[in-house]
Amino acid sequence: MLQTFGLLLGCQLLGEVTVRGAGLPIPGPVLGLAVLVLLLSLMPTLTEQLRPTTTVILANLSFLFVPAGVGVIGNLQVFSDDGLVLLFILTVSTVLSMLAAVGTFIGVRYVIAGRTT
Amino acid sequence: MTDVAELWSYLSTTPLIWLTTTTLAYLVADGVARRLGQPPWANPVLLSVLLIAPVLWLSNTDYPTYFEGAQFIHFLLGPATVALAVPLWENRETIRTSVAPIVLALLAGSFVAAGSAILLAHAFSLPVEVLLSLAPKSTTAPVALGISEAVGGLPALTAVLVILTGIIGAVTVTPLMNLLRITDWRARGFAVGVAAHGIGTARAFQVNPVAGAYAGIAMALNALLTSLIVPVLVRWLV
Repeated sequence: MLQTFGLLLGCQLLGEVTVRGAGLPIPGPVLGLAVLVLLLSLMPTLTEQLRPTTTVILANLSFLFVPAGVGVIGNLQVFSDDGLVLLFILTVSTVLSMLAAVGTFIGVRYVIAGRTT
Repeated sequence: MTDVAELWSYLSTTPLIWLTTTTLAYLVADGVARRLGQPPWANPVLLSVLLIAPVLWLSNTDYPTYFEGAQFIHFLLGPATVALAVPLWENRETIRTSVAPIVLALLAGSFVAAGSAILLAHAFSLPVEVLLSLAPKSTTAPVALGISEAVGGLPALTAVLVILTGIIGAVTVTPLMNLLRITDWRARGFAVGVAAHGIGTARAFQVNPVAGAYAGIAMALNALLTSLIVPVLVRWLV
């Protein structure tokens, strides 16, 4: 577990350092994710060692968003004037985005499957 | 009475009390959600916030004080993002065969997320800085705040909008996909990852591991794409 945690932190650190150094427009942890994928492709046996810890972390991903969620309550005054309109826009826009993504995903798969059969 | 006051003045200066409160609130929220069979509306983030908010209000605690304790949990978002590499790697075979759907669904979801937010904000004639704060709402918080600042939005407002978007996506994805009779976990997961970043991804992992892996890919790729397209969309549409 500690080895896994150390490796995750190491990848994140490498990601952060690279992002800062090169001025990339992505967060350090996302680059750290790419670093770990690269590492797993070089050492596939590592997957088995990492899995127990990463499964627990990802199963409780919601927990890690609670502090930021509480921040919404503390910041509700920025929301005050247009609160309901903003909630409406967020809901419509989020649903539209999911529809666009899921429709495209299924549609493209369908077209590809049709071409190969 | 002075003992209680003394104890409180001691506790309120250590991170322990808010770290414990956050953990207990989540355990209760997650326990309730599990007991109910994890229905979409019983979102663990939302339930935890609803449990913690009255405690902060009653104890007259401001957010910076709360965050001194809660930051240890918040910090783990970094290593958790890196941990998404494991399901991504384990699903590499199916991912390799769905590169085209992934790339095109990413473009569609990302453009619609930012574009529809901008157009709707226009339609309701919201102030420009509110519109600019809305545009990056579907991407992960650190990226969204950076974009918001770069295009002239209000990062504090963007932070609120990003979290709300995540909760809205996590709550609506299951009924929406069931209504459309979409049974492909890859497509379902990918859609919620594009539209509702990490909180959507957390919901996807709750429902199905393959959906979780695809949500993680979508979230990571969208972090990159949104930072490229929002400045362009803003120039076109604003």
